[in-house]
Amino acid sequence: MTLLDDFMVRSTLAGLGVVLAAAPLGCFVVWRRMAYFGDATAHASILGVALALAFNVSILGGVLSVALIMALTVSALGGRGYAMDTLLGVMAHSSLAFGLVAVSFIDGVRVDLMAYLFGDILAVGRVDLLVIWGGAALVLLLLLARWSALLTSTLNPDLASAAGISPRREQLILSLALAMVVAVAIKVVGVLLIAAMLLIPAAAARPFARTPERMALIAVVIGAVSVLSGIQLAFQFDSPTGPTIVCVAAVLFCAASVMDFLRANRI
Amino acid sequence: MSDTLISLKNVCVHIGAKVALHDVNLAIKSGEIVTVVGPNGSGKSTLLRTLVSAIKPTGGQITRMPNLRIGYVPQKLHIDPTLPLTVRRFLSLPRRVNDAVAEKALNDAGAGDLGKRQMTGLSGGQFQRVLLARALLNDPHILILDEATQGLDQPGSADFYAQIAQVRQNFGCAVLMVSHELHVVMAASDRVICLNGHICCEGAPEIVASAPEYRALFGSGTQGALALYRHEHSHTHDETCAHDHAQSHHNENSHDNSEATL
Repeated sequence: MTLLDDFMVRSTLAGLGVVLAAAPLGCFVVWRRMAYFGDATAHASILGVALALAFNVSILGGVLSVALIMALTVSALGGRGYAMDTLLGVMAHSSLAFGLVAVSFIDGVRVDLMAYLFGDILAVGRVDLLVIWGGAALVLLLLLARWSALLTSTLNPDLASAAGISPRREQLILSLALAMVVAVAIKVVGVLLIAAMLLIPAAAARPFARTPERMALIAVVIGAVSVLSGIQLAFQFDSPTGPTIVCVAAVLFCAASVMDFLRANRI
Repeated sequence: MSDTLISLKNVCVHIGAKVALHDVNLAIKSGEIVTVVGPNGSGKSTLLRTLVSAIKPTGGQITRMPNLRIGYVPQKLHIDPTLPLTVRRFLSLPRRVNDAVAEKALNDAGAGDLGKRQMTGLSGGQFQRVLLARALLNDPHILILDEATQGLDQPGSADFYAQIAQVRQNFGCAVLMVSHELHVVMAASDRVICLNGHICCEGAPEIVASAPEYRALFGSGTQGALALYRHEHSHTHDETCAHDHAQSHHNENSHDNSEATL
C-alpha cells in the first residue's frame, strides 16, 4: 500500500472518515438543539486524555470512557431541577479544568496538549486511520439501524412512546455515538473544533434539504468538500490543517445562507 | 360491540414527587366518544399520556385489549424549524407506509393535498389534520386526542370536530379526547369524565352537567356549558363537595349568551 505512505493521502482519508460519521450525527445534534452537548463531550475528553496518559492506557479508551460517563451523568441528572445547559456547562468546564490540572501532574511524559486541543491531522498514522474508519463505520451503522426510531423521538418523545419507542434509549444511543465520534476525531480536528465539524456541515445543508435524509446526505457532501479543500489550502498556505478545514466549512455555511436568503427573496 | 378496549384500575401516577392522578378507574368501550374535562393541572394530559404508554403509572393496573391499535394526536407538536420534513415523510415515521395508505389517511383527515408541503409551513388547522391523518394510519381501535383544537379559532375548531365525527363514522373507532370547549363536549360525547386529580364524576353529558362535583369545578354559569342549556333548574349550591376548587358563582345569570355559542 504505497498510497498510504503519503501523509496527505492519510490525512485526507482520516478527515473523510470523521466527516462520514460526524455529518449525519451533526444533523441530530442540530435538530435536537444539542449543540452544547457536542462541546461538552469534547471538553470532557481532555480529562480522558489526561487519565489515559496517567494510567498508560490508550487515549481512545480514556476519551471514550470519560465522554460516556459524562453522557450518562447528564441524562441521569437531567430534569431534576437543573436545566440541561447548566448541567452541561458544569460538567464541561469542570472536566476540562480537572483534565488540565491532571495533565500538569504527569511527569516523565512530555504532553503536547496543543495536539489534542487543535488536532494534528497530518500526523495520522495507519493505526489511527484504522481506528477512525472503524469508529466512523460503527457510528454510521448505529445511526442507520436506529434511524427511524431516532428521528421519531427527535420529533416528539410522546409520539415515540406511543409507537413503542423509548425516547430515553434513543437519547442514550445518540450520546454513545457522540462520544465515539469525539474520541476518534480528536486526532483530526482536536477537542476545540470537533463541535464545529458536527454542527457546521449540518447547518449549511439545512436550506437545501426537504427531508431529513437529504439533509444528512448534503451535510456529508459539504463536510467532504471542506476536508478536501481544507487540506489543500492548509498545504498551500502552510496554515494549521484542522482549523483550515473548519474555516472552509464556515465559508460554505455562509455561502449557503446567502443563497438561501437570495432564493427566499427571489432576487 | 361492547368490548372494553382499555381499562384502568386504581391507577396512580406521580410526576416527580407530585401526585398527578390517584385512584383512577376507567373503562373505554369500542365505538364510544368519551371526553375528559377538568381545570388546568387536573391531570388530563397525564391521563392520556398514561393511556398511550408515554408515562408509567406508579400504582394500579392498566389492561389493554390484545393488539389494541391506538391513534394518538398529541396536544402540541413543536417541530423544530431546523428539521426539514415533508408531510409525506412525516407520515412514514416511525414505520414506513406506502403511498396509497398515506394518501387515504390524508384524505380521511381532510388534508388530501398537503402531502408535499413542509411540516413547518402548515397553518394550525392544517397541522392538526396532518396529525389526525398520522393517527389514522394504523386503522386505530381508539383515537386519543389531547386538546387537539388548542390554538385554532372557532370556525377552525368546529371544522376539526366535524372531521373527527366523520372519522368516527368511517372507522367506527372509539374517541377519547380532552377538551376545554364545553359546548362541543356536551353536544358530541357519549360520556363525560370530570377530572381533578381523580375522577370527580362521570356519565352522560346531562348527568355530569348537573352533578355537584362538576358544578364545583366549572360553576353553574360557565360560558358555553350545556349545563345551563338543559339543567339550569337543577342548580344547587352544594357546599358539601370535598374539594376546594375555586367556586365561580359570579356569572350565574349569564346563561343566555352561552346558548348563542351553540
